[in-house]
Amino acid sequence: MEFFRIKKDIPFMSYGRLTTAISLVTFILAVFFLATRGLHLGVDFTGGTMMEVSYPEPAKIAEIRTAVQSVGLSDVTVQNFGTSRDVLIRLPVKEGVTTAQLSEEVMAALRAADSSVVMNRVEFVGPQVGQELYENGALALLLVSIGIMLYLYFRFEWQFALAAIIANSHDVVIILGFFAFFQWEFNLTVLAAVLAVLGYSVNESVVVFDRIRENFRKMRKALPKEVIDNAITRTMSRTIITHFSTQLMVLSMLIFGGEVLHNFSLALTIGILFGIYSSVLVASPIVLFLGISRETFVSSEKKPVEEEAMP
Amino acid sequence: MNRYPLWKYLLVGISLILAIVYSLPNVFGESPAVQISTSKNHVQIDTGLLERVEEGLKQEGITYDAIYLDASGIKVRFANPDTQIKAKDVLGQMLGSDYVIALNLLSESPGWLTSIGALPMYLGLDLRGGVHFLLEVDMNAALTQAAERYVGDFRSAFRKDKISYQGISREGQTVLIRFTSAEEIAKAERIINRDFPDLTIKETVNGGETIVAASLSPVAQKRIQDFALKQNIQTLHNRINELGVAEPIIQQQGANRVVVQLPGVQDTAKAKEILGRTATLEIRMVDEEKSDAVTLENAAKGQVPFGTEFFVDRNGQPLLVKKSVVLTGDYITDAGPGLDQQSGGSVVHVTLDGRGAGIFKQVTRENVGKRMAILLIERGEAEVITAPVIREEIGGGRVQISGMANIKEATDVALLLRAGALAAPMDIIEERTVGPSMGEENIKRGMDSVLWGFAAIAIFMIAYYMLFGTVSVLALGINLLLLVAILSMLQATLTLPGLAAVALTLGMAIDANVLINERIREELRNGNTPQASIHAGYSRAWDTILDSNVTTLIAGLALFMFGSGPVKGFAVVHVLGILTSMFSAVMVSRAIVNGIYGYRRKLTKLSIG
Repeated sequence: MEFFRIKKDIPFMSYGRLTTAISLVTFILAVFFLATRGLHLGVDFTGGTMMEVSYPEPAKIAEIRTAVQSVGLSDVTVQNFGTSRDVLIRLPVKEGVTTAQLSEEVMAALRAADSSVVMNRVEFVGPQVGQELYENGALALLLVSIGIMLYLYFRFEWQFALAAIIANSHDVVIILGFFAFFQWEFNLTVLAAVLAVLGYSVNESVVVFDRIRENFRKMRKALPKEVIDNAITRTMSRTIITHFSTQLMVLSMLIFGGEVLHNFSLALTIGILFGIYSSVLVASPIVLFLGISRETFVSSEKKPVEEEAMP
Repeated sequence: MNRYPLWKYLLVGISLILAIVYSLPNVFGESPAVQISTSKNHVQIDTGLLERVEEGLKQEGITYDAIYLDASGIKVRFANPDTQIKAKDVLGQMLGSDYVIALNLLSESPGWLTSIGALPMYLGLDLRGGVHFLLEVDMNAALTQAAERYVGDFRSAFRKDKISYQGISREGQTVLIRFTSAEEIAKAERIINRDFPDLTIKETVNGGETIVAASLSPVAQKRIQDFALKQNIQTLHNRINELGVAEPIIQQQGANRVVVQLPGVQDTAKAKEILGRTATLEIRMVDEEKSDAVTLENAAKGQVPFGTEFFVDRNGQPLLVKKSVVLTGDYITDAGPGLDQQSGGSVVHVTLDGRGAGIFKQVTRENVGKRMAILLIERGEAEVITAPVIREEIGGGRVQISGMANIKEATDVALLLRAGALAAPMDIIEERTVGPSMGEENIKRGMDSVLWGFAAIAIFMIAYYMLFGTVSVLALGINLLLLVAILSMLQATLTLPGLAAVALTLGMAIDANVLINERIREELRNGNTPQASIHAGYSRAWDTILDSNVTTLIAGLALFMFGSGPVKGFAVVHVLGILTSMFSAVMVSRAIVNGIYGYRRKLTKLSIG
């Protein structure tokens, strides 16, 4: 079986203007939603208490809400998730209350209302810890970007490093944009997914870049544009099959993984889809735009010393 | 050209065997158990106890699968968690407070596996159920307490050397002493410099008075904070032992935080209460000279005589208690609940160490006929539990504290006294609790994701690349096996995000094989011979595989370094998975392909779809 037997190279780079425009629009939209709606941060980052309880019968949300409010809390969210028997309760951070005890009080109130309630999960994060987790997350994102850029700079050329990081930051921003638009909860697990996507999608760019480099050595007479078109066309089959396989796995997580892995798999799905697009149609045009040619590789490989001397 | 030297086949073979052996314990699984140990030196855990335990369980009609004695105590294995919990209660009642009885999970794998260190993967709290706490030590309180102690120390030091001063007080973490005479200041400062090297002194003149402010030097502050943290960790250890948790994790994190993980703990309310309580005991004398009705009435209104504190005891009796402390909870070696033989009320029996016993004996001898107040101090608030009249000298260091509301309170107070006090209050700043049923559910979810995802990829790969697809799937399966084996060997904590990482890593690892297979197809299309195509496919794809995996590895390492909780769990598996995938996708799959095609002389066609 073979899906992609492409005889002629597809002139991807001719669509450069169009694809860049599409990217720019999605990117701006993502930034717009991030700015206006903001991320729906989970308790991991905001601090607060989240409780997951379940009942043997379908849960009566209104009664549960009254029970939780009887503890003296306002601004409580009570909602179903997954099945009608599972309930998610969110309690905000309250000044001056020893928050760790709060969940016990709420649990006692719920037991008083309906003794069949079962506690599945409690997460309490103090506001200060939330802030730290947020900062560490941002720091991790930054360091991953820098680390990848440095590696690509050493293995390839600066044009590739820059292009890859622009393309892949674009993926990350778009994932965040989706989370802002749909107001999906953004927690630590989703952050892990976002960082994994960053690694994964750079991986994708690297495969194309590798081919570009190889092609520059082999296709001596071709224009850079043709070289890149050929590289993308030749790796296209692999790109689609790999992503399809990864997506199969992610889909399986989306179906079987339950609530905890749900948003994680969503982030990965968006990341995989945009990862294909960006590494093929964003990274490569940027490389072309930043200007590369056969000399870029030949000179840097054969005469590294001279290159330093000549700017 | 497509033949591996023998050592490469051997390497693949040996790592495969090791992977199978070390993954095996996960197949056998774990069963619920009860573990009996002790934190006391004088209590022996021996075959005598083993017999008692066997006998006790038999009497209650509790059946167990196995019982044995090892270095860490007695372990009894049960068929299901219900009998396990029943057995824990029975044994708890039977053996009393000298033993720690904890719920545990024991590997069911055969002995020879355990003896070579092959253990099942270490499941995180979200997979086995339990509580994770992050506690922060209130360092300000620790420093304030230290300053408070200096106030008392100065008083007695000045009294001893007959230095006269106008007043002594504490403001924040600074001790302020007021003097009027320069001569006395010089004397006092000499003493402070000599006996309290941790303090730095500053003088300020205020009207006719000179105020000497003594505060802790930064080095001393640091030392006090370190000590407070260590003491708190030690106390947490003791308290958790009392709770009966099989494999607790108590670790320092940063300068002022402690991570506590209690797998399998079901009563989280109890755990929180016990961990967070800062109760300590103080024995002080009641100021009998100032205990007349008028003074007490004035004291109730806020006019408390100097050197005393006003309390109302549990029976509603007003008391003036001296500020100086006779004994603190530090001298307690043991405490247990009990019943008073005469009144039938609940009491706590306290045993003091040698020094404590000596002080107690002397104080009781000197104060016969006077009242002694026993205070329980919790979160900075002191409460007089009881203030009995001293009838006679009490020697031997055995003290009975009456005035407990009921046996439950007596048990709790005893536990807190026995486990020691926290050097400084702690607050829970993060909590993650997962119920036990949720843990099992999470395992199932994670496993289902991995297995179905794997099946889907396998079907697709085999259909698309035929024999080469089959080889890729084999390599992927071996990757999974290697990953499980390494996780088991390292005993790295596997969490639900970790399981997600297993799934994702497998999904990404197939990339290497796709790259190789596509390359081989391309080489064939370019008119190369099958053997040359295999060779070129593998060698050309290797560069790309390396580059792409290194970038993924960078992301994984950053996640590991800066992530916490779920992110870290994800990162560990992700990074390990990338490493195993490079081995399995390239070397293992090549070995298989070489084995199939490498030795054929006339190869005209490859089964690559």
